[in-house]
Amino acid sequence: MEIIIPIIVTLVFAATPILLAALGELVVEKSGVLNLGVEGMMLVGAIAGFAGQFYTGNPYFALLCGAMAGAATAIIFGFLTLSLSANQTATGLALTIFGTGFSALAGAPFSARPIQLMGPLFPAELASHPALRVVFGYSAPVYFSFFMVFAVWYFLEKTRPGLILRAVGENDLSAHSIGYSVKLVRYLAVLFGGAMAGIAGACFPLLLTPQWAERMTAGRGWIAVALVVFASWRPFRLLAGAYLFGLVMTMELYAKAGGGVLSVIPSELWAALPYLATIIVLVLISIKRDASTNAPACLGKPFLPTN
Amino acid sequence: MTLNRRTILKAGAAAAALPLLGSRAFAQGEPLKVGFIYVGTINDNGYNYAHNQGRIFLEEQLGDLVETTYVENVPEGPDCERVLRELAQQGNKLIFATSFGFGDSVMKVAQQFPDVKFEHATGYQKADNVGLYNARFYEGRAVCGTIAGHLSKTGKLAYIGSFPIPEVVMGINALALSARKVNPAITVKPVYISTWNDPAKEADAARALIDQGVDIIAQHTDGPAALQVAQERGIIGGFGQGADMSAFAPETQLTSIIDHWGPRYVASAQALIDGTWTAGDTWEGLKEDVVQIGPYGPKVTEEVKAAAEAVRTGQIDGSFHIFTGPIKDNTGTERVAAGVTMTDAELLSMDWYVEGVEQPA
Repeated sequence: MEIIIPIIVTLVFAATPILLAALGELVVEKSGVLNLGVEGMMLVGAIAGFAGQFYTGNPYFALLCGAMAGAATAIIFGFLTLSLSANQTATGLALTIFGTGFSALAGAPFSARPIQLMGPLFPAELASHPALRVVFGYSAPVYFSFFMVFAVWYFLEKTRPGLILRAVGENDLSAHSIGYSVKLVRYLAVLFGGAMAGIAGACFPLLLTPQWAERMTAGRGWIAVALVVFASWRPFRLLAGAYLFGLVMTMELYAKAGGGVLSVIPSELWAALPYLATIIVLVLISIKRDASTNAPACLGKPFLPTN
Repeated sequence: MTLNRRTILKAGAAAAALPLLGSRAFAQGEPLKVGFIYVGTINDNGYNYAHNQGRIFLEEQLGDLVETTYVENVPEGPDCERVLRELAQQGNKLIFATSFGFGDSVMKVAQQFPDVKFEHATGYQKADNVGLYNARFYEGRAVCGTIAGHLSKTGKLAYIGSFPIPEVVMGINALALSARKVNPAITVKPVYISTWNDPAKEADAARALIDQGVDIIAQHTDGPAALQVAQERGIIGGFGQGADMSAFAPETQLTSIIDHWGPRYVASAQALIDGTWTAGDTWEGLKEDVVQIGPYGPKVTEEVKAAAEAVRTGQIDGSFHIFTGPIKDNTGTERVAAGVTMTDAELLSMDWYVEGVEQPA
C-alpha cells in the first residue's frame, strides 16, 4: 500500500504540464480561436525554460522565460490568423511544425548539458511524513496549476472581462457591434494561451527530467488540445481530465514495473484506458444535451466584420 | 555540382574505370565523397550522435582523401529514398544508411546506382553494392551486468527498453546472465515503453521501478533520462547507452557502452579507395573497438573494476562469450547446452528471456 504515495506524487507531476497547457487553450477557444499549435509553443517554452535555468540557475526566471517564449510564438499565430485572417487550423499545425524545428535549432548547443531540477516549494521537513508528501511534496508549478484552474474558472464565470471574452467567442459580430474589440480580446487570449503553453513546456526540463531533448514534450500538447474538448470547455472538468490522463500514464508504468496488487490489471488495459475513458465521456456528453452545446459558437471561424 | 547529362556520363565513366585504376583513382583526383543518413538528430546524445562521431572520426583519419556529407532526421519511408537518390546524384560513392528501417529504400536506390556502394547498419538485405554492418552491443551489456551483480544490494535490476526486438532482448539477457554469474539470486525486470525517445516517460518508468525496490537501472532508449532519475533518487546506479552520459549523473553512472563506428567507417572508405571494397556483413564488438566501455564511475571499486575488466578482455581475446551454455530460459527450460555458444543467427532472432528475467507485463 505504501506504493500509493509515490504513484500519486508521480502522477501529479505528469499531469501538471498537460493541465497548464490545456487551461491556456481553454481560454483561447473560449474567445472563439482554435490554436492547434500548443505542441509547438510547448517546445519553444521548453527550450527557453531550459536556457533560463542553464544560464541563471533560477527556476522562477526559467519559468518566466518559458512563458515569454510561448507568448512570443503565439504572437506569430495571432498575427496570421487575427490580423491576416489566415485559416486557424492550418496556421496552428504550421505553428507546431515551426516550434518543433525552431526549438531543435535553438537547443542544439544544449544537448548533453544537464541542469538543476526545480526543488519542492515547501521545506523538506513539511513533506517528511509520506502522507504529507502528497500535499507538500511538489514544486511551485504544481500549486500554480491548481491556482490557475480556479482563476480561469473565476475569470470566465464571475468577471466582466470574462463575460466579454465569452461573448466574443459566442458571437463575434454582436460583440463587435456593441463596441468591443474582438481582435484585442482574441489577441490577449492567444497570448495567454501561449504563455501557459510555454510554462507547461518549461515544466519538462524543470520538473520531469533536467535535460534538453528534441521533441521532449512527445505529443503531450495534443493531449492538452484533446482534453479541452474532453472537458467540454469547463476548467474543473479539465482538472479532472488531466489527472485522469496522468493517472493512466503513470499506472501503466507502475503496473509494468510493479508486482502484487498492481499487476492484477494488465498493463495493456492501462494503456487502453485513456481511449476507453474518452469514449465514455463522449457518450455521456451526448446524453446530457446541455454539455454538447458548450462549444463556443465562433470556434475556429475568422472574424470578418462586414462594415 | 549541377546535374546534366555530361556530369552523369563522367561519373559513369569514372566508375567504370574504378576497378582498373585502384587507389590512384581517388588519391590523385577528387576526394572520395561519403554520405551518411541518420534517422534522428545528431544531438540526441545517443545512437545518432554516435554515428556522427564515427563520421567525424573518418574525416580525421583519412583527411583529404574523403569528403563527407550527412543528412539528419530522415524518416524511414519514401523520404529516405529521395535523400539516398540525392546523395548518389551529388557524387557520393559510398553511402552509410544508419537505421534498420532504411533497408528497403537502400535496396531500391542501390539498383538504380550500381556504381555507388551502400552500407546499411543493423539490416539484413544484401546486394553486390549493398553491405551490412552492426555492432555487438551485448558484449558491453555483459560488462555492465558484471558490475551490477557486484554492486546491487537489493538484487533487483531493471531494464527500460524501447521495443521487444531481438537487439533489445539480447541486451537484457546479456545483462542478466553476467549479473547472475556473480550473484545467482539477481533478478532483472524489463519494462518496455514503446518509444525510442520520450524523456518524460523514460524518467517516469525509472521512478516506478525505483519505487519497487530496484537499485540499478539499465536502459536501451536514446537518452539519459533514466540515469538522471537514478542520480536524483540516490540509488546505486545505471549505465550510459550509446555515449558517455556521466555529465548527467556523475556519481551514478557506473560505466557506459560507447558506440564507436569510426573504425568501421575508415575500413570501408579505405577499402573503396584501394579498390578492394566488397559488400561485407560485419558484426564487430569490443575486439574491433567498435563497442567501447566508458570510464568507470566513483562507486565501482577496484575489485569490481578488475572483474569488469576480466569480462571485457575475455571477450576481446575470445576466451569468454556471454551466450555460452548452459543457458536456461525464464521458464526453466534449457535452451543452450553446456559448452555450446549460440550462433549469430540465433542471437539475431532471440525472442526469449534467460533465467532470472521476469516476463514483461
